[in-house]
Amino acid sequence: MLSGIVYTARDAAHMKLVNLIKKGQTLPFDLSGQIIYYVGPAPAKPGEIIGSAGPTTSYRMDPLTIPLLKKGLSGTIGKGKRSPKIRKAMKEYKAVYFAAVGGAAALISESITRVSTAAYPELGPEAVKKLEVKDFPAIVVNDIYGNDLYEMRKEEQYK
Amino acid sequence: MKKIAKSLIVNRVAQMCQEANFVLNDDIKKALLRARKEESSEMGKNIFQQLIDNYQLAEKKKVPICQDTGYTVIFVELGEDVKVEGNLQEALFEGVKKGYKEGYLRKSIVKDPFNRENTGDNTPPVIHTEIVSGNKLKLYLMAKGGGSENMSKIKMLSPAQGQEGVIDFVVDTVRRADANPCPPVIVGVGLGGTFEKAALLSKKALLRDLDDAHSDPKTAKLEKKILNKINKLGIGPQGLGGTRTALGVKIEKYPCHIASLPAAVNINCHAARHKKAVL
Repeated sequence: MLSGIVYTARDAAHMKLVNLIKKGQTLPFDLSGQIIYYVGPAPAKPGEIIGSAGPTTSYRMDPLTIPLLKKGLSGTIGKGKRSPKIRKAMKEYKAVYFAAVGGAAALISESITRVSTAAYPELGPEAVKKLEVKDFPAIVVNDIYGNDLYEMRKEEQYK
Repeated sequence: MKKIAKSLIVNRVAQMCQEANFVLNDDIKKALLRARKEESSEMGKNIFQQLIDNYQLAEKKKVPICQDTGYTVIFVELGEDVKVEGNLQEALFEGVKKGYKEGYLRKSIVKDPFNRENTGDNTPPVIHTEIVSGNKLKLYLMAKGGGSENMSKIKMLSPAQGQEGVIDFVVDTVRRADANPCPPVIVGVGLGGTFEKAALLSKKALLRDLDDAHSDPKTAKLEKKILNKINKLGIGPQGLGGTRTALGVKIEKYPCHIASLPAAVNINCHAARHKKAVL
């Protein structure tokens, strides 16, 4: 269970952030020590702060992750395996990758207690939001020592 | 000639978009409950419990089961004796627009594969129309998630590769997809026809009830055989290991060319959202 601040960012926001880094420009928010949650939430219904908000598949962000790790990003939340290159980089930069349960989006949104827009409102569902979460359900997949929970699964015992 | 008003279609499509996203069909609910019991991994059981709690909460609060409220795919069966008052395509577009706006569903469609600007209302839907006899308009609407769609594949097999070639291709596609498409998955398989027909059949297969075995006993047997093989991969719920990697395999077939054996695999996530309407 995670509690604290996470930033949302998925495909489009990653492309923008990495472009800024390439050009040597300042990022719209400080990544140092922060966690990015790969999600494009559903819109909030009246009286709610956010709609359903489960993880999207992480591998699409793999080619765009290392520049963010270099800027101090210390964790990501998504679903599915990371590439060997990213796993190595996470060990090097001491970052953790968590999986949340894909499709458990209504349930996960219950753990989000505050929402504000941090960058790129023009991206609609892909805008970067700053979320405050309390008891957000997530599982550590890659720790800073190079372990990988997907790789550790015992396929043989399920045959 | 039976007349159907455009407004009736608009409203029904809007309602289906919302219902599909808020309320899981009974066959999927039953399968998740059964899988929670049958899954041998403790982590897997726990994930099934989360998925069950999630669909119950979504239904109660009328919020989307998954934040990816999908690409709207509509299969239309238009009876020859039906006259739509107004334009059918317009009605379907307007229905999607209304459903996604009023249901606070996520708008997930971009105008162009490269410029990626959001259309803002989840249109256009993908529409497949068949003209049939009779005086009914049947609509099968699916809200198809992008994560599982990305893991789908098509392959033009040689006739000599036969059933074994098909089994290997389907199982391998699920194996490679691993944790990405939100397992437990539902696997739609299209066999035969042409390149595009096989893909279409694989999507159509996903509309079938999970409990529904194929009417041809040999194909029904093949569906079971592939499902068993997939569930022995050990991928399990969310890819964290277990015995329930897929909830079902559905095959649709069509005659094919003497040179070909097209095979398409369309993967759906456990949040398999589709509704049917007969007007």
